[in-house]
Amino acid sequence: MEKKNELVLKVRNLRLYFNTRGGPVQAVDGVDFDLRKNEATVIIGESGCGKSSLAKAILRLLPRNAGLYDGEIWLHDVNIMNMDAETYRKEIRWKRISMVPQAAMNALNPVMKIGDQVAEPAMIHMNMNKEEATKSAVRMMEHVGVPVDFLHRYSFELSGGMRQRSALAMALVTLPDVVILDEPTSALDVLTQASIMNLMKRMKTELETSFILITHDIATSSELADNVAVMYAGQVVEVSDARRFFTKPLHPYSHALMASVPRLRETIEPEFITGQPPSLLNPPTGCRFKDRCPKRFEKCDEEPPTVLVDGDRKVKCWLYA
Amino acid sequence: MTDTMTEISHTDHDNNGQALVQLKDLHVWYELKKFGFSHAGYVRAVDNVSFDLNYGEAIACVGESGCGKSSLMKTILGLNIPTKGDVIFDGASLTHTKGEDLRRYRSKIGYIQQDPFGALPPFMNVERILEEPLIINGVKDKEERRRRIEKILEEVKLTPIAEVLPKFPHMLSGGQQQRVVIARAMIMEPKLLVADEPVSMLDASVRVEVLRLLRKLQETHNLAVLYITHDLSTVRYFSEYIFVMYAGEIVEFARMDDLLDDSKHPYTHALLEASSDPNADNALVQREIPKGEPPSLVNPPTGCRFHPRCPQFMPGICDVKAPPNIEVSPKHLVACWLYDENRGHAF
Repeated sequence: MEKKNELVLKVRNLRLYFNTRGGPVQAVDGVDFDLRKNEATVIIGESGCGKSSLAKAILRLLPRNAGLYDGEIWLHDVNIMNMDAETYRKEIRWKRISMVPQAAMNALNPVMKIGDQVAEPAMIHMNMNKEEATKSAVRMMEHVGVPVDFLHRYSFELSGGMRQRSALAMALVTLPDVVILDEPTSALDVLTQASIMNLMKRMKTELETSFILITHDIATSSELADNVAVMYAGQVVEVSDARRFFTKPLHPYSHALMASVPRLRETIEPEFITGQPPSLLNPPTGCRFKDRCPKRFEKCDEEPPTVLVDGDRKVKCWLYA
Repeated sequence: MTDTMTEISHTDHDNNGQALVQLKDLHVWYELKKFGFSHAGYVRAVDNVSFDLNYGEAIACVGESGCGKSSLMKTILGLNIPTKGDVIFDGASLTHTKGEDLRRYRSKIGYIQQDPFGALPPFMNVERILEEPLIINGVKDKEERRRRIEKILEEVKLTPIAEVLPKFPHMLSGGQQQRVVIARAMIMEPKLLVADEPVSMLDASVRVEVLRLLRKLQETHNLAVLYITHDLSTVRYFSEYIFVMYAGEIVEFARMDDLLDDSKHPYTHALLEASSDPNADNALVQREIPKGEPPSLVNPPTGCRFHPRCPQFMPGICDVKAPPNIEVSPKHLVACWLYDENRGHAF
């Protein structure tokens, strides 16, 4: 086994439920995964599987109807779940863990110059004065490939790719340990998407940053992934290193997902998954994938254990128990 | 060497010997105005595009945003008026179609929007959504309307029908919404289906199901399909022909397999290079992406429009004169100077 990088983020049994009129929605239900330095963990899942809620839970950006919220999030050796809201805001959010929100290109403030927007997190979270903050904003914009004269432009004057880069610069300007990327490239063109992926591969090694990439696009996710966690109906069903995951996924759901990806360079006919994901309001007992699973057997009505396979791959399935 | 893409003639024409849709030298320019009245140039969204689409044939149009594919689509749908050139649909010229005829023209074309939720009116239930086009097109018999709605829902596999009919769009899943959109496009029994990125908003597991449904509809109804997308990985399963657009022009036109396995134009190369298959090795390499961004269509570059970004740019040739369409192999056309042996003598 090769030497592993230092552990940056360790999430254990994280739960986030939302209260609704119909009862609690179990959006994130007992999620475990690790993130190492200079690496990227990709969270793959379909819409409604709770992957965006997971990002919110890690950054503690909870909507008003959040209900149960517990578990452990270890950043290096501190459990940040034990911090009170004010300490978390001052010490963690954006300073240590930052985020590029979904459709970030449209999330920029239209009445603020790009330079000021990129500098703002540095002023607020790092207590820099305007001059220092602008300096670090310029440095970060150079890093992500935004020309410096864009400093005085507004977001509508920029192309989609440049806006996405600016949003990335905003997340990186405080030099955080972890950056959460929520579907960073889904609204972009193929070429722009590939160049943003190139950029993030470079950032991963150049800056001392680790990425959590949340996406439903399996083909693109393989561009950045060191580790993969597959989410289904609020739970992580498989955690693996990228190399073994993309050649031989373990969980039947991961299998089906991989088979559904249309290939450009091979002529395999893609397959689809019949049925729909269960409601998170009243998820079925036992394995949540059982109704769509081709390999279902009696055991599946009981809650499946998380099993270690091939040394360090984790899979939540009775087939491997 | 052929002058226009039209000259790729197909053998399997309809009985009257004509293609269903013929685009002839189509230009769609939008006028820019200064202070609201004086002329300030044109946005040349579609420039000199010609191709034929036969009965029952699927053709894919690939390009990035801003390459003119939406303008092209809107012109075929009868929503834009061509600045120059013409669209011939089923033997009739679109430029001279007006009023009542234009409405009838539009009813022969089905349109599948990209975002199903945005395309469906939130305050109408499925029955009402599917009934609307029938009412507008003068199907007066209520029984007849009901029968056609049920038939089409059966076909797009939205069953049980009685349960689906009273539902509103927000009560359906993304895949089901897209099926309603497809049903709506199909209900007038069109000859041509224009699908604008029909699966890009859907989840991976549903995407393939919808693609298969489209292919089945195409086969059973002998539909012509124009499939517009920016994602090259889905086209292989769908269409016979494909063309690539860049900055308002067609740069390459070929059979699907020819283009995917043996692309000629540097821009097509770049698009293929940028699309990935799931593979852990992807994380180890930096992909080669042409520098810069697509040009402004108000003032496109002289000569080949791709030349400022092209890795194989030949000064003195590419930036001077627009490349001709060169037939590199049968039914494979490329607009690039690289494949013209006489390029030195062209000036």
